[in-house]
Amino acid sequence: MVIGVLALQGDFREHANMVRFLGAEVCLVRLPDEVDLVDGLIIPGGESTTMGKLMVKYGVDRAIVDRFNAGRLAIYGTCAGMIVLALDIEGSQAQPHLGLLDVTVQRNAFGRQKESSEEDLEVQGLGTPLHALFIRAPVIVRTGPSVEVLARVAQGPVYVQQGRLLASSFHPELGSDTRVHEHFLRLAEQSSNQEV
Amino acid sequence: MAEIGTTKVKRGLAEMFKGGVIMDVTTVDQAKIAEEAGAVSVMALERIPADIRREGGVARSADPGLVEQIMDAVSIPVMAKVRIGHISEARILEYMGVDFIDESEVLTPADVTYHIDKWQFKIPFVCGARNLGEALRRVSEGAAMIRTKGEPGTGDVSEAVTHMRAVMNEVRKVQSMLEDELVVEAKDLGVNVELLREVRTLGRLPVVNFAAGGIATPADAALMMTLGADGVFVGSGIFKSSDPLPRAKAIVAATTYWEDPKVLFEVSKGLKEGMSGIDARTLVELDKMQVRDS
Repeated sequence: MVIGVLALQGDFREHANMVRFLGAEVCLVRLPDEVDLVDGLIIPGGESTTMGKLMVKYGVDRAIVDRFNAGRLAIYGTCAGMIVLALDIEGSQAQPHLGLLDVTVQRNAFGRQKESSEEDLEVQGLGTPLHALFIRAPVIVRTGPSVEVLARVAQGPVYVQQGRLLASSFHPELGSDTRVHEHFLRLAEQSSNQEV
Repeated sequence: MAEIGTTKVKRGLAEMFKGGVIMDVTTVDQAKIAEEAGAVSVMALERIPADIRREGGVARSADPGLVEQIMDAVSIPVMAKVRIGHISEARILEYMGVDFIDESEVLTPADVTYHIDKWQFKIPFVCGARNLGEALRRVSEGAAMIRTKGEPGTGDVSEAVTHMRAVMNEVRKVQSMLEDELVVEAKDLGVNVELLREVRTLGRLPVVNFAAGGIATPADAALMMTLGADGVFVGSGIFKSSDPLPRAKAIVAATTYWEDPKVLFEVSKGLKEGMSGIDARTLVELDKMQVRDS
């Protein structure tokens, strides 16, 4: 099993380090043909507008959607990655995005950087709280029928799953708690098994 | 209970800028062009460094009204500069909710001895540095991000190269030091030995480190990434060129695909004339912005 980390912009190094720490092979993805080498893809935190534009310019968006629709890819988006994955972006529908996750996200839902925060979060399926870092974070304002909410704050859902799509408003890659990544690796394992 | 303005949250925003380009803008229109080009953030200021250099006089923090208009016009984070040591300019920007403050040698220093105590602010700060000592002294004052100083407003990348190489070289040196050597090094650099130990463990600065000061072409941006920069600031290089949008887009692509000569070739060809620039070696010491603090 190979885990790709989209390395167009953002904190892809931290995701790659965490995946390697968990013992999986990592491939940094910048071009369309690199998408075909991976069973799971992490879309990191960063600027969603920057990542979206580069994805379209170099055809990475098509490659991701095609491989996902073929059932051969699990995807996890953090923060900007969640925005890029979403079907709808409130007030910013024109910005390039993949539209795979049946949710509407609101960008910068907490406000500007001075509202960025950290807190302990209750997560479904985890025995103890997860320490979550929210940085100019988005929140989900609508979830489709097939979307399961795994964690929420007062503003709305911040951690959701839809089959092999996972998305969080917060950044587990900036801490040392590996449980979200472990969960994602299990989803990617399913895509990997699909191939044989 | 959610906690705001923590060190993790401040350094975390800088992590999100990595692999990206932060562009100097002086108008709402320029800010929109920067966002359209794929900038990860814009730096709102009244005059770009090339004009500050040409026009002279005292350069101060921008009109907060202009910064506010730019904040309203774009969805990406907005930075603004304050003079070194100018606590009150910084407080105004913090009140307004600017996303990042650059305590910058590009403006005329307000305090020739002390930098701002940046730990007192909920907003993260970025500061310039020419070497590891400067970088770590700024981190110990609370900077959440470092950039090379380079020589702003020249379009000459050589000083940024010198500063990035200096920082990287000193980090490598620290990595090989024994504990007793580290203690003496900390004393020589005027920094806390704990901070230096962290550098030894990480093999890099404890905060994100961008390149700045003289970057004018896509290849300049790729060069700085090759030397180990986490991302780049482009000041005068975009809006002092004859066709800003294509150049800005090309610099964004070059910062992502810095290892890919095919992409660099494609984005570099056919760009209209870049900023004319000044050879940094011809500047007399008095005209250099990089020596305004240490």
